[in-house]
Amino acid sequence: MEKRVVFNHKLLPYLLLAPQLLITVIFFFLPAGQAIWQSFFIESAFGGDQQFVGLDNYTALFNNSYYFDSFKVTFAFSIAVAVTGLSVSLLLAVMADRVIKGAMLYKTMLIWPYAVAPAVVGVLWAFLFSPAVGTLAVYLTQMGLDWNPRLDSTDAMALVVMAAVWKQISYNFLFFLAGLQSIPRSLIEAAAIDGASPARRFWTIVFPLLSPTTFFLLVINMVYAFFETFAIIDTTTQGGPGSSTNILVYNVYKTAFKSFDYGSSGAQSVILMFIVILLTIIQFRYVDRKVQY
Amino acid sequence: MQIKKSAMILGSIFALASFSTQAATEITFWHSMEGPLGERVNEIVDNFNQKQSDYKIKPTYKGAYGESMNAGIAAFRAGQAPDIIQVFEVGTATMMFSKGAIKPIQEMSEEVGNPIDPKKFVPGIAGYYSEPNGKLASMPFNSSTPVFYYNKDMFEKAGLDPNTPPKTYAQINEAAKKLKEAGIECGYTTSWPSWVLVENFAALHNFPYASKNNGFDGLDARIQLTQDGFVKHFNYLNQMAKDGTFTYGGRGDAANALFSSGKCAMFTGSSGSRASFTKNAQFKFGISTLPYYEDVPGAPQNSVIGGASLWVFNNKSPEVNKGITEFFQYIASPEVAAKWHQDTGYVPVVKEAYELTKASGFYDKNPGTDVPFIQLNVETTDESRGVRLGFLPQIRDIQDAEMENIFAQKVSVEEGLENMQKRANELLQRFENSNK
Repeated sequence: MEKRVVFNHKLLPYLLLAPQLLITVIFFFLPAGQAIWQSFFIESAFGGDQQFVGLDNYTALFNNSYYFDSFKVTFAFSIAVAVTGLSVSLLLAVMADRVIKGAMLYKTMLIWPYAVAPAVVGVLWAFLFSPAVGTLAVYLTQMGLDWNPRLDSTDAMALVVMAAVWKQISYNFLFFLAGLQSIPRSLIEAAAIDGASPARRFWTIVFPLLSPTTFFLLVINMVYAFFETFAIIDTTTQGGPGSSTNILVYNVYKTAFKSFDYGSSGAQSVILMFIVILLTIIQFRYVDRKVQY
Repeated sequence: MQIKKSAMILGSIFALASFSTQAATEITFWHSMEGPLGERVNEIVDNFNQKQSDYKIKPTYKGAYGESMNAGIAAFRAGQAPDIIQVFEVGTATMMFSKGAIKPIQEMSEEVGNPIDPKKFVPGIAGYYSEPNGKLASMPFNSSTPVFYYNKDMFEKAGLDPNTPPKTYAQINEAAKKLKEAGIECGYTTSWPSWVLVENFAALHNFPYASKNNGFDGLDARIQLTQDGFVKHFNYLNQMAKDGTFTYGGRGDAANALFSSGKCAMFTGSSGSRASFTKNAQFKFGISTLPYYEDVPGAPQNSVIGGASLWVFNNKSPEVNKGITEFFQYIASPEVAAKWHQDTGYVPVVKEAYELTKASGFYDKNPGTDVPFIQLNVETTDESRGVRLGFLPQIRDIQDAEMENIFAQKVSVEEGLENMQKRANELLQRFENSNK
């Protein structure tokens, strides 16, 4: 007797998949396709006279040394955001996991920042750290630190990384906390009985068991830093000083929505898209193998 | 306040009533005037709607200038363009070269038999928005220009005369040194660095900013920022930055807070910021003309404008164009323009509005409010008319970035200016190619 449940309906699986596929097509494939299409043309803002230029938009970008600077800045920024974000939230999650009294309160408070829109995060941090007038900037200056993100590129980078990390900590925290809670107590207790110190227990048991979560979060955080941080940049540094915080996605935004140069902006988005595809492939091929599920 | 509000409600009821009795032609008007400025726009529109019954203007706030222009482009591409849109001055070249998308307003007014006379506007403003044939392409509305602000309390503290503001860069430098001795850390700063320190500097000293008469004569214009005048200017500013008498205050209007919070004693910024300083500053301040270098012959010329103008989209029905023309005639009438100027701090765009305001004693009561008009009411030259270049927002962005590199001592003044020129000219080449 056949025990498996078999659906003989040929159409049903497709029908069930349709809504999700439709959303993917409308909100991903169509815009992405349009960006690719646009990247082969130049046109005026109102779309009057479209001319096919082949790969000119791409060659123009690669002949521009500032575009390469933007690459370096993007990688530095994304790595800083991912590493800082993951470390801080892991620390917070480990702490929160141990707390017994008022645990709910801590957890709730830590999740709040995720509900704040990136642009608002930017404004908030820009205001706190605005030289000479920002509350925290004045405090830093009083401590003898020469804080000036308007001219000092390290300060500016620190500022946008802090803002971007702060926004993402809640998300990371949630996943780490869930990961920590799924680690069997018995393993940790056994190690404790064997005389392993808390630090050793963390590095030999907890951290390896958390690796699937960490890996997932690494991918998510990289993508976040690459794509979703332009509002933060726009409201804090606008890519400055010089071009020291001018990340790729912000440059895409500026080119399209400030200069209405849709051809170049399309080419930039296509390049950005390929970088992220590549990064994700690398992460899944190499990092994934080191992850213990 | 209460009375004003009920008057406005009454106004809209009247407007509605007239709408119901007679099918008025609706005209959509997208603008970027928020807060109190938006209220003033609504007031003007309400008054116009009340005054006649053939047309009904519908104003909509569409976000800041950049957002609104993006919305306008998207709407036009989707065939849903509004009738009137307010576009900031840096978008002027983009609008003007978009053949087929816009209807030049003077041509429109002549077609409907109600011509708008360009001669009634302040020459510097009308010139900025005119096509090469001298006809107005857009309707001057809210123009501002940078002016010099100074903190009178700080001047007194440093032993400077609060009633004789510095006129030249050398005098600013001297004053900043005295202020520094008196313990004031920030002598001079500016908002909108590329607009004030590059564009206005060039106009004020009659230096050509770009070839082809600053872009007014054609798309093949290229920027010329490596001239001696600019090198000297930035060397001077950079020396001031090193001495601590000039503080780079960030892009856009970020530096406004440095002045209004009482950190910086001297400041150059938009004339439109006066209202907010009057409201927020806890000190007495004065307004004067922009600084210049006295060794440059002919300086000071005029300053150039910022702010926005009103554009009309193409292919609207003659009835709509008639209504738009009538509305434009209304906002250019001396009384309406004068009130708009006095309420907002924008420059009087109509000459008669200035006369009217002067006669009312407004300038005596509000000293310094006539500075923008004085700066602009000068016969302009080809160099001082302003700049009309494509991708201007991005060009300004490049200039800000390179200025930051200069003032952070990362590159020399010459290198910085060369980079500005090179990067901007690459963009101008693109703009030329895309608007052929």
